Amino acid sequence: MKMDLLTSLYVFMLAAFIGFEVIRQISPLLHTPLMSLTNALDAIAVVGAILLTGEHRSTLSTILGALAIVAATSNVVGGFLITDRMLKMFKSSSPKK
Amino acid sequence: MTAWLGTDTFIEIIYLIATALFIFALVWMRTPATARRGVRAGEIGMLLAIGGTLLNHNIIEYKWIAIALVLGSIIGVPLGMVHMTAVPQRTALSHAFGAFCVTLVGTAEFYLRAPAVPPFMMSVLSMEVILGALTFTGSLMAAGKLQEILPQRPITYKGQNLVNLLLLAVAIGIAAYLVHDPSRVHLFPLMLIIPLIFGVLMIIPIGGADMPTVISLLNSYAGLSAAAMGFVLDSKLLIIAGALDGASGLILSVNMSRAMNRSFSNVLFGAFGQEAIAGATAQQARPVRSATAEEAAAILGAASKVIIVPGYGMAVAQAQHKVRELYDALSKRGVDVKFAIHPVAGRMPGHMNVLLAEADIPYDKLLDMEEVNDEFPQADVALVIGANDVTNPAARNETSSPIYGMPILDVDKARTVMVIKRSMSPGFAGIDNPLYYLDKTLMLFGDAKSFVNSIVHELAGGHN
Repeated sequence: MKMDLLTSLYVFMLAAFIGFEVIRQISPLLHTPLMSLTNALDAIAVVGAILLTGEHRSTLSTILGALAIVAATSNVVGGFLITDRMLKMFKSSSPKK
Repeated sequence: MTAWLGTDTFIEIIYLIATALFIFALVWMRTPATARRGVRAGEIGMLLAIGGTLLNHNIIEYKWIAIALVLGSIIGVPLGMVHMTAVPQRTALSHAFGAFCVTLVGTAEFYLRAPAVPPFMMSVLSMEVILGALTFTGSLMAAGKLQEILPQRPITYKGQNLVNLLLLAVAIGIAAYLVHDPSRVHLFPLMLIIPLIFGVLMIIPIGGADMPTVISLLNSYAGLSAAAMGFVLDSKLLIIAGALDGASGLILSVNMSRAMNRSFSNVLFGAFGQEAIAGATAQQARPVRSATAEEAAAILGAASKVIIVPGYGMAVAQAQHKVRELYDALSKRGVDVKFAIHPVAGRMPGHMNVLLAEADIPYDKLLDMEEVNDEFPQADVALVIGANDVTNPAARNETSSPIYGMPILDVDKARTVMVIKRSMSPGFAGIDNPLYYLDKTLMLFGDAKSFVNSIVHELAGGHN
């Protein structure tokens, strides 16, 4: 358990560093689609909600889990959809020939 | 064979691939050319992760999962199809949904584990629930303000920050007590309700102009609460996705607070919006020069370089498509037209870029502040449409101005400045803009959309 916790903290730290490095390079042009994309990715919390609902450990946990799935899934679907719609609109004035 | 599919190792490998795809998704977001590939990578990663989770042997009941997944998708589609002008409130709403999910899972996990919760588990659980709950109500409030269901005016009272900080301190105190003695199960609802109230109170003093910072900050909180949930469930995938989202929100918040000249600690503690009131100064009537659409069209048509500065006013007036017509008309005459985008123009980071891209303006014409400020001295005309504070030269040299020190677009360095504005009433922050009284400035009074339309009309008439 102690080891697991430490590993998780390492993972968190490294992921945060990767996040900072990668996101710093993203052009301000795309900051709105970036936010909707990270929002969709963040909805990966749905996997936790799925397990919670499916394991059916108590009535309360199943109800809360199912509600959580609804909320997260709408973020997954809506988030990817709107990100793609926004990115589709970004066109360059010098089309590659 | 099928038994092997559901093993923890197999599912963890799928999660590993999904994690890699998530990181690639962000790497590809770097440029518009590869960004859509990034979305694909994210989608595949998400499908893999959900599919892998469904294989888990611990799942004994699929009915509710299936119903919830379908229901969530049905809600998600219209949320993904909203009009581009509604993107800020949609984003705030999705932060609320994400935080809602995290809070519910955290609550369920607590009641499943209580009363014997190990101290570390209880700490991350508290963090998950507190961050999730305040992000949930905070984001709902932000969405309500952006959708104009709630009053957009900041509401402030004496000791506001003190009250807010005390509330947060109480919530953290309860969390600490629960870590010490998790058998006090009855305290848990209190730890849930206080941050819910805090979230509402946190957003009450926020005005529209502060929204870009607030949305970024809520984005960061949503990510961090998801990462905390990852610690609770011991899911590396969730920890990484949450950390990436948290980092992204944090970077955007820092960018936004810099662009508004607010210290980062100021932003972290949610102490926005107070300066707005201090800025309301006594206004004396000073002479301004105004011009008609005809005169404006003549000057624009004769220019060789025009920089257009869009602001939230353009979004409100839905003028982006007319602006595109103006861009076309001027480009056809050989005028070099560019757009200057201030980081906090609009209601969320990158808001103006999306609206202009929607109007089919090529993204290489959209320049951010650092790129464009060197170009203003060579510009014949700087045309300001619905932007105010971000062009205010007082930020440069008037130490008494509430926005002193804020980086601005050097609009006043252009040969001629034109400002489309409904009237002389000061902008949202209530700060007078000396730009309007310069000799080189022409005020174009009217609604942004109809005024730009008149200019386009004049340009077409004069040309034929």
